[in-house]
Amino acid sequence: MSILITKDTRVVVQGITGSVGSFQTGEMIKFGTNIAGGVTPGKGGTVIHGVPVFNSVKEAMEGVQPDASVIFVPPGFAADAIFEAADAGIGLLVCITEGMPVHDMMRVYAYLDKTSTRLIGPNCPGITSPGESKIGIMPNPIHSHGNVGIVSRSGTLTYEIIDILSKNGIGQSTSVGIGGDPVIGTSFVDILEMFENDPGTDIVVLVGEIGGSAEEDSIGFIKEMSKPVIGYIVGVSAPPGKTMGHAGAIVSTGSGTALDKIAAFQNAGIVVAKSPADIVAQVNNNLLKVD
Amino acid sequence: MKLYESEAKEIFSGYGIPIPKGAVFDNPETAEEFAVKPGKYVIKAQVLAGGRGKAGGVRIAQNPAEVKQFSQIILGMSIKGNTVRKVLVEEYRKPEKEMYLGITIDRNSRSPVIIASPEGGVDIEETARKTAYKIHREHINPLTGVHLYQSRALAAILDRENAGVISKIIQKLYSLFVEKDCTLAEINPLAVTDDGVFALDAKMVIDDNALFRQDFRQEISGSPEAEARKHGMSYVGLEGNIGCIVNGAGLAMAVLDMVKHYGGEPANFMDVRAGANAEQVRTAMGIVLSNKNVKAIVVDIFGGITKCDEVARGIVDVIAGIGVPLVARLTGTNEAEGRAILEEHGIIMASTTEEAAKAVVGLVHTYN
Repeated sequence: MSILITKDTRVVVQGITGSVGSFQTGEMIKFGTNIAGGVTPGKGGTVIHGVPVFNSVKEAMEGVQPDASVIFVPPGFAADAIFEAADAGIGLLVCITEGMPVHDMMRVYAYLDKTSTRLIGPNCPGITSPGESKIGIMPNPIHSHGNVGIVSRSGTLTYEIIDILSKNGIGQSTSVGIGGDPVIGTSFVDILEMFENDPGTDIVVLVGEIGGSAEEDSIGFIKEMSKPVIGYIVGVSAPPGKTMGHAGAIVSTGSGTALDKIAAFQNAGIVVAKSPADIVAQVNNNLLKVD
Repeated sequence: MKLYESEAKEIFSGYGIPIPKGAVFDNPETAEEFAVKPGKYVIKAQVLAGGRGKAGGVRIAQNPAEVKQFSQIILGMSIKGNTVRKVLVEEYRKPEKEMYLGITIDRNSRSPVIIASPEGGVDIEETARKTAYKIHREHINPLTGVHLYQSRALAAILDRENAGVISKIIQKLYSLFVEKDCTLAEINPLAVTDDGVFALDAKMVIDDNALFRQDFRQEISGSPEAEARKHGMSYVGLEGNIGCIVNGAGLAMAVLDMVKHYGGEPANFMDVRAGANAEQVRTAMGIVLSNKNVKAIVVDIFGGITKCDEVARGIVDVIAGIGVPLVARLTGTNEAEGRAILEEHGIIMASTTEEAAKAVVGLVHTYN
């Protein structure tokens, strides 16, 4: 089993004719994703990767009835793409775009809050459920199917962890990158709740980083969970007031440091791994208990 | 991006927020020419660092003659490593009451929040710590903006007598906060004077992600941070001596943490971003090596869109001339090709991030 997506999830790609959108669509198809079509204004009626391109999400909705949309459009157009997909009634949006203005994202969040549409991201690598489907840009070869759920604010660090788990014979149910921006559509808690209810997931790895309090905010829920959660939090070396690559990775006025987050987890009795290799060791420890 | 006080005040003024009459100068003579009217003036160093008042960067001149004298002292002064190149000279307004008014983004509620306190000024952080109840917060729905009832209520808390004017200032500050894509717009102090309410200081921080649609000054280039940004990469200088080049911000932070864990000190954070080619790796090496403290470099690439052989080519192109040892860890797309290129050039390789961090720390300790 998996969360958020399955083999049957029908996906449209917003920005399918762009270089990144087109390349990643090909990769998703190779992974087994059910790509139903794409959207690029002005390119309606054409075909790419064997799927139809529509001028608008509304047309795509009428034409191919997608369940989900993945968004590869430039930062200045990302908010509009999200509003368009939500208004067309798509239930799950994955916004890969990095560099969205935070004011746009605050408006998007407030708007989506009143709808049933869920947004993953922005500035995220997306969702992968091995053996089912992939919506996003995680490299295909690293995944293997299993019972570990991964939720992360990062991109390549997530790949690193998935890869090292797979190489050590530990498969994943679903890996979700929720995004590295200060305002994102879906929180750690939202995903943890799905993993808790997913019969295919036995253990969860939560990868956090400096900035904000998303990690601390998840502690209450983790303590309620029946499944073990292993934390890994990076950015111990980050100086205050500097953005560490991700727009959301910033220690401001002394709050949001990695050490505070690690301490908060440990004080709540949550295991915190020291490195990707240590995650493998901690997962193995817990798998013994699960079996 | 932070704006200088003078830049922020110009924007405030454009929105109708009252500020004292003033101008910016880079030499004491023209500053003196500005101060023709008899009376007091304030001379303020224009630097982006905080705490300039305590560093002597703000002086009150009793008369126009002192304007030249103080400008002379402040221009060229160093405040937290920033040389003062410009001063703002303003007609002095004596504050009878100093208040705090700021708007920022509350990540928890994912919305703007207005923060107001009837006790502002230099000790606002002290007020926040000791008398938190004096700090008022009002969350704003980003779809509607600030309602009149909200600004009216906050204004009454700040100063009942001037509530009408202050409510308008709150509305104007919120407008510019949104329209200029601010992550912070702050007035501290917002002062009641015998001449009315004035914004005596102004701070604005612009969302870097929104600079493409805003019309602000170009960033002064030359710093490694600016150089990296120009090439679509992200760099932060640190205190140590181990240069780090990584793709992806999360992985880059993990590498820094591991270097520290093994007893080393990172010299920088460097995210070369997804899809880095040989050219970008060469540029990244140049930026990292512009820091003369660097005694060794670790490169850690998780190849997805980024191809390991491209990265390897970038490394070997410059390796001969760099004069410091380098450890590389490449995994993912075209890994075998990448490793073969590095092997040919005798470059030290690690197979995991941990190994790479451990090896580079070992190198620094051996060579020093």
